[in-house]
Amino acid sequence: MIEFHQKRKDAMTATRTSFFNCAAASLAVAFLAGCASGVKLDEGANVPVESRSTTTPGSGAGTSQSQVATVDLSKSAAASSAPRVVYFDYDSYVVKDEYRGVVEANAKVLTADRKKRVAVEGHTDERGGREYNLALGQKRAESVAKSLALLGAAEGQVEAVSFGKERPAVQGSDEAAWAQNRRAELKDK
Amino acid sequence: MTQRRTLLGALGATLAAPALAQFRVEISGVGATQVPLGIARFRDEDKSGQVLSAIVRADLERSGAFRGIDAGTVIDEQAQPAMSEWRSRGADALLTGSATRLADGRFDVRYKLWDVVKGTDLGGQSLAVPAADLRLAAHRIADAVYEKLTGERGVFSTRIAYVTRAGKSFTLRITDADGEGGQVALASPEPIISPAWSPDGRELAYVSFETQKAVVWVQDVSSGQRRPVANFKGSNSAPAWSPDGSQIAVTLSRDGISQLYLMGRDGGNVRRVTTSSAIDTEPVFSPDGRSIYFVSDRGGAPQIYRMPAGGGNAERVTFSGGYNISPAISPDGRLLAYITRQGGAFRLVAMDLSGGTPQVLSDTNDDESPSFAPNGRLIIYASRAQGRDVLMTTTLDGKIKARLLSSGLDVREPVWGPYGR
Repeated sequence: MIEFHQKRKDAMTATRTSFFNCAAASLAVAFLAGCASGVKLDEGANVPVESRSTTTPGSGAGTSQSQVATVDLSKSAAASSAPRVVYFDYDSYVVKDEYRGVVEANAKVLTADRKKRVAVEGHTDERGGREYNLALGQKRAESVAKSLALLGAAEGQVEAVSFGKERPAVQGSDEAAWAQNRRAELKDK
Repeated sequence: MTQRRTLLGALGATLAAPALAQFRVEISGVGATQVPLGIARFRDEDKSGQVLSAIVRADLERSGAFRGIDAGTVIDEQAQPAMSEWRSRGADALLTGSATRLADGRFDVRYKLWDVVKGTDLGGQSLAVPAADLRLAAHRIADAVYEKLTGERGVFSTRIAYVTRAGKSFTLRITDADGEGGQVALASPEPIISPAWSPDGRELAYVSFETQKAVVWVQDVSSGQRRPVANFKGSNSAPAWSPDGSQIAVTLSRDGISQLYLMGRDGGNVRRVTTSSAIDTEPVFSPDGRSIYFVSDRGGAPQIYRMPAGGGNAERVTFSGGYNISPAISPDGRLLAYITRQGGAFRLVAMDLSGGTPQVLSDTNDDESPSFAPNGRLIIYASRAQGRDVLMTTTLDGKIKARLLSSGLDVREPVWGPYGR
């Protein structure tokens, strides 16, 4: 199991390189939904929030830290399997640097094919009111949509919508679960 | 009687008696002034299919204004109960009655209310109803007793709407005010949130995610006919009816960030009424229709604001706490109920709008979506208990709470309907 802790707070320090690494690793194991969602739910819940490792102890299938895998985003096959989830900090709608690659990859797909349309679905963790969370999720989605537009996606190609806290990616009432639920997902329309 | 009530209030340290076991409302707490009311079993109610006296009793106890004293026996409306006996049992009033099956299959439900202190007959009534309306008849009796003894209109025969979730099934339900006798208005594989009754009680606006995004729909309750009224780019949510039913306030993100808009009840004539660079959402009209209360994080954190209904300068209404959301205004316009965050807990608060300290009404951690009863005496809200989403009602002082049980489903998004059914 490949572990990249995009969703964790310390991942703020992750470099762009790690994104590409991550994308490549994802491809290798055919996780189309994105790296972070490739982390198994119960594993994620058991890993302390602040823990940080690029190898999974005991997994035997760890990726070496110096490995570099090339991702060619100009190939549509690679592009379509680009990670499509962006995770957010608590109470934040800022697209963190570590997800710039996710956004760029998806923008490329959209600029390459003007007929392609996506929905950016914003989500929050379970805390707080449903309507306020819907607005927060919308803000996250808008934030990603705006980044896509800046990278060349046409306005009509992207719709930012929100599910608030109504559609959590994982169940649970701890930080590990919340971190996986504070997200924006890109979906083809 | 007033004196007696006060005295009993002072002695009111005894726990409110629990409702009859077969009834699925749990009541807890002690009210300051509760009328002790003897309630007899209605003659032949056991043959009607509904335990009418238990429904009446649970209604009245949930209101916080009554403490039921179980007669333990059947007394019908024609009997002449011994007042001295009821006085010695501490009752101020006594309710008796019967349910008689008529030749056409309907039931003739009768009751009589006695003033035990004065030894006088406070009147009664006869209601001929089909079997399906027996619960409604019981609620009407509770309304009559409530009005006779408190001087205020009861809300027991009104309806509430709420959403249940079972796995991936979401259901918008309409039930009696006690959460029972439910009918399904909408069943969907996608979430449903924010139901709002039209002022005449004929329609429900709500947000459905059935098209993979938040769209505001309006549905006629009796026919089931429905139409999308706000389906713009982005999210459409938080519908609120104007008191005259002609307009709906909604939150739209079609211009970027979530802002407030007004539209006709058919979805036409859409105009933006807030222009902030922050989230503005959860609009509610004041009962006089002149103001809109709403939530905004323009000050850095979500707080409740008020502005003229047509738009204009907004003034902040809540100041204590860093997270205040989901405003509800009492029917007389004087009280604001909302949800505040205290540490990691989300709790129900009531605040006097003419200037008063916010009063936290609950000690639970996950309160949501308060809504006033049409007489302004109870608030229904969503909370969590034993790992489930549940509905609660509370008196305005927070002293009497009832949990509406709903057969193990997750229940949320309650909204109290208007008078008139």
